[in-house]
Amino acid sequence: MTDLRTRFQDWLPRLVLSPSLAAVLVFVYGFIAFTLYLSFTDSRMLPSYDWVGLENYSKLWGLRHWHTAIANLGIFALLYITICTAIGLTLAIFLDQKIRGEGLLRPIYLYPMALSFIVTGTAWKWFLDPGIGLEHTMHLWGWESFEFGWIKDRDMAIYTVVIAAVWQSSGFVMAMFLAGLRGIDNEILKAAQIDGASNWNLYRRIVIPLLRPAFLSAFVILSHLAVKSYDLVIALTGGGPGRATELPATFMYSYTFTRNSMGIGAASAVIMLMTIAAIMTPYLYAELKDKG
Amino acid sequence: MSHATQDTAVRTGRIARTFIYLVLLLFALFYLLPFFVMLANSLKPLSEITGGNMMALPQDWTIAPWLSAWSTAQIGVEPTGLRPYFLNSILMVVPAVAISTVIGALNGYILTKWRFRGDTVIFGLMLFSCFIPFQIVLIPMARMLGLMGLAGSTPGLVLVHVVYGIGFGTLYFRNYYAAFPTELVRAAQIDGAGFFQIFWRIMLPVSGPIAVVNIIWQFTNIWNDFLFGASFADLDSMPMTVALNNLVNSSTGVKEYNVHFAGAILAALPTLLVYIVAGRYFVRGLMAGSVKG
Repeated sequence: MTDLRTRFQDWLPRLVLSPSLAAVLVFVYGFIAFTLYLSFTDSRMLPSYDWVGLENYSKLWGLRHWHTAIANLGIFALLYITICTAIGLTLAIFLDQKIRGEGLLRPIYLYPMALSFIVTGTAWKWFLDPGIGLEHTMHLWGWESFEFGWIKDRDMAIYTVVIAAVWQSSGFVMAMFLAGLRGIDNEILKAAQIDGASNWNLYRRIVIPLLRPAFLSAFVILSHLAVKSYDLVIALTGGGPGRATELPATFMYSYTFTRNSMGIGAASAVIMLMTIAAIMTPYLYAELKDKG
Repeated sequence: MSHATQDTAVRTGRIARTFIYLVLLLFALFYLLPFFVMLANSLKPLSEITGGNMMALPQDWTIAPWLSAWSTAQIGVEPTGLRPYFLNSILMVVPAVAISTVIGALNGYILTKWRFRGDTVIFGLMLFSCFIPFQIVLIPMARMLGLMGLAGSTPGLVLVHVVYGIGFGTLYFRNYYAAFPTELVRAAQIDGAGFFQIFWRIMLPVSGPIAVVNIIWQFTNIWNDFLFGASFADLDSMPMTVALNNLVNSSTGVKEYNVHFAGAILAALPTLLVYIVAGRYFVRGLMAGSVKG
């Protein structure tokens, strides 16, 4: 009896864990496999199981919209990551100088992170609208020649997505860097100062290299957010003007659900997953190996 | 939190300090401005918006846009306001957060205190699932919800959010419990305490802070979700974010910007409140999701 009880207790943890594991295996990995399979079929409005090999992928790379989406993602991700990192690092270093009112400033920098991208998009869509937003206001204030119509401009609209996304996420990057800065031993800084290092050199030579883990985390988080960006574009520009702000996530949605090209949509989703996996897998592997 | 003693030892001159304060204040303005504009203009009549200055405070204060956004504005074809969708979001968020917190706690407990061969692999599989682009699961998920009879329903959305919340929940609790002394668990085991007894009596009482972190994280994510809501909800289960997007993008009639802003703030209110009340935990959750360990 005791033996049976012990053996049950031994298996209980695995039993309790198994529904989660099953859910993840089916809903994550099974679904990935299913989408991967669909990307090799001629599925249109509904899934079909007729194998067409790599046809969807070759079609996908022949589509102008997909090229727009990829180019936009390149521009967006590069600027989003760079600007968020620059602003986040600057704000963190400045906030770390015994600033009065830090307790007030920090939450102001961070609150956009609590908002939905739909809310952010709604706010900025209007703020950047030349007819009633910033441009209009500048005209009212007497700066007649002020022009800021990027959101209506096919070539510039993608940069408005960058502005809104930076607004939303840079405070979070600040918090990551600030935590990194607060973890640095002050003795190191004092020693360098005694050696006569200027503030500029102190940060360039000592502090910023010590923040390497924070840089890495920021990069990984921001890049996966960039690839997944969907809501913000929908709310800010709706993918327009025309299809000028199409991103892979909006492309996948419209090809799968409104253009009845599920095979191509699935192929684009597979490419998105591979992009993220290429960034996340080494990072997660290293994290897991360290912690055991 | 006071960080006075942890501040850097770097000394800065007066000019440098003025510059630093100036930059910090300018950025505070940058972050506050869009919200201020939304708030100020949600309290103006429409004529004051189209004819006037967006930076100005209302001359003619009115809460009519708020009332309209809440109960009479046109969402799609129905003039219901956002109220029913706000309720939909609540009905979706509360069970989803509760269930995923329980699951996260149990998983974290097992993966740290009842380790077995292959547990790191299992955790790795769960962890990776946090970061997948959800586009990869949209098509099969739509079919699965159909097969389960949950298509277009709130329980269907709860299921979706619970499943894709397993990863983060497990991550938070696992990292938190990892710091808890395993000897205490072993001692309780020797005293004859079972799996659930230990969880209930020893682990749960110390889990307060991480439970708050997880609840806030899941609440914010699920409340703010748009993709799943737009893909899997129908009119009766549509969450707030999708309804807001419909309100703002409805092409019929005059664009009532003041109503849109009131609606946007209504949609942001629950997560903002959580942030104001428990911002410290919110930040901790964000960090734990990025800097593991």
